Amino acid sequence: MTIGLGHYLAVAAILFTLGILGIFLNRKNIIVILMSIELILLSVNINLVAFSTFLGDIVGQVFALLVLTVAAAEAAIGLAVLVVYFRNRGSIAVEDVNLMKG
Amino acid sequence: MILPALFFYLFAAVCVASAVMVIVSRNPVHSVLFLILAFVNAAGLFILMGAEFLGMMLIVVYVGAVAVLFLFVIMMLDVDFVELREGFIQYLPIGIVIGGIFLFELLLVVGAWVINPQVTKTITAAIPTNVTNTEALGLVLYTKYIHYFQLAGMVLLVAMIGAIVLTLRHKANVKRQNINVQNARTPEMAMAMRKVASGQGLQDADAAEWVK
Repeated sequence: MTIGLGHYLAVAAILFTLGILGIFLNRKNIIVILMSIELILLSVNINLVAFSTFLGDIVGQVFALLVLTVAAAEAAIGLAVLVVYFRNRGSIAVEDVNLMKG
Repeated sequence: MILPALFFYLFAAVCVASAVMVIVSRNPVHSVLFLILAFVNAAGLFILMGAEFLGMMLIVVYVGAVAVLFLFVIMMLDVDFVELREGFIQYLPIGIVIGGIFLFELLLVVGAWVINPQVTKTITAAIPTNVTNTEALGLVLYTKYIHYFQLAGMVLLVAMIGAIVLTLRHKANVKRQNINVQNARTPEMAMAMRKVASGQGLQDADAAEWVK
């Protein structure tokens, strides 16, 4: 019962799908949408690290580190935009985002 | 041999279960806490694969910074989250259909796919066996991929400045110290000498100027 590359890829695929599903299910709640995006990025990281360790090439881990950086930056900017939006509108419902609709 | 497999299934199961709880949880605070659980278990998976540094990094960055940021924002915003959950049932069928198709395709790809044997001959930077994972990562990250490393730093800098600029708010009616004005103030600007005639007090004209 050895754990191979396929096992890790399956876990990453399930996490990716759950992230997509979370975006669909919580269409109004942008905070949960941001968390779903974090889940998707986590699954990408699992893929990169799995390939890196099973092929014996450390570059995958370098790029997983870069994905981690971008994920942190994305969360910070996303939440900042959310806070500004809440100050202006008093709600965080995605459907209210129609200020630029003319 | 059985123990790593056991731990893999433990970490994977808890990770997937908490990911499910993230997206179906009623309370966003619970969502964030389950997100933390998912990240900790993913860090366990990383360590199981032999990427110790990234596992620790995942805990430091995600649990220590990102999840706490989410918690702060959720608790800071006074939002009626029950209202935001409307439409959950409505979107459930379409979400499950699309998610199911997506997962089916992904698992098909994972299942029916083999690595080209040539790939192992074209490795960019092989993992050295005599040093720790952290050292091996550093040996590559600070030499071959130094530009990517610096680019990551720039991304973080821009994100930091962007977040500050976005959320900084100047209130117009708040009194603030203006050091330049204070330093430019002279005795002539601050006071006026008047000879006041005995028994008369200040004249109206003088008083007007005084007030000014």
